[in-house]
Amino acid sequence: MKKYFQKIRPYIWLIVFAIFILVSLVLQFQSGKTIATNFKTSLIEMITFIPFLFIIVGLFDVWVPKERIQQHIGPGSGLKGILLVTLLAMLQAGPLYGAFPVAYMLFKKGASIRNIFVYLGAFTSLKIPMLGIEIGYLGIQFTLVRTLVSLPLFIGIGYIMEWYLKDKNFVIKEP
Amino acid sequence: MSTNAIIYISVCAVLLLVSLIANRQKTLMGLKRGWFMFRNILVPFLNILILVSVALYLIPPSIISRFLGPESGALGMLIAAVVGSITLIPGFISYPIAASLIKQGASYMVVATFMTTLMMVGVMTLPLEIKYFGKRVAITRNLLNFVAAVIIGLVVGLVL
Repeated sequence: MKKYFQKIRPYIWLIVFAIFILVSLVLQFQSGKTIATNFKTSLIEMITFIPFLFIIVGLFDVWVPKERIQQHIGPGSGLKGILLVTLLAMLQAGPLYGAFPVAYMLFKKGASIRNIFVYLGAFTSLKIPMLGIEIGYLGIQFTLVRTLVSLPLFIGIGYIMEWYLKDKNFVIKEP
Repeated sequence: MSTNAIIYISVCAVLLLVSLIANRQKTLMGLKRGWFMFRNILVPFLNILILVSVALYLIPPSIISRFLGPESGALGMLIAAVVGSITLIPGFISYPIAASLIKQGASYMVVATFMTTLMMVGVMTLPLEIKYFGKRVAITRNLLNFVAAVIIGLVVGLVL
């Protein structure tokens, strides 16, 4: 019984919601029907673009050589390093805490402090899968403005952190 | 079908075709990776859609536009920045929330601030971040990002 519960646990809200909608439809419960209509609209909105976005992201993933990019982001890599590290971050996916291990790995491989923080900035809000969803939900204008304002700020934060940590023996540790 | 869908489907079709011509094996691998990523977010995504549909029914638009609308001023920004910094909503599923907030009368400035703080500042993940970078650096990064997030929100709101 416990094992069974473990198995359906991730789907518990879907199941509860499905039952609620079914009961509402049978009993002609108006609030439930309104909620069902809301859900249907947003489900259609989602299912007509998200799967295609992930096909695009998957193709990017196999075609862009991330390992080669990582070799060119050390100290003295200048503008090219910033551009490459931004590109590298854009190709990732997942939440911010997933970026910390990558930052550690970049640090070990000799990336500069500035580039590591530019990476973290770009990782937080310029990832291609997220930009794709953002355009879908909030429009290209919103995404474009937000991105264009964000990028210089991240680069600025990279410079500030580099300056701040210059003589401080900064290291990234693996917990 | 929405314009969105048409654009995404066309871009996807073109890329898929080019990729297939270039290398079939790699294309299949890419499709597989895309499918896995999609599968990973599907259930949390559906859960958020449920939450949004219920919230849309329960919370009247007047409340949203009063606290998060164009006239909400500094209070709206403050709510957005604080909630965005503290909560830990995966980026993917925060977009349907943002879109419905805008539909219900929230301003672009407030929603943009909410989104940027959500993405860039992580109060909940701070303990983990400290383990990697040390206390001082982690806190500094979050503070700088908080300032940047508010700036981005303001500019987006002013431009749109």
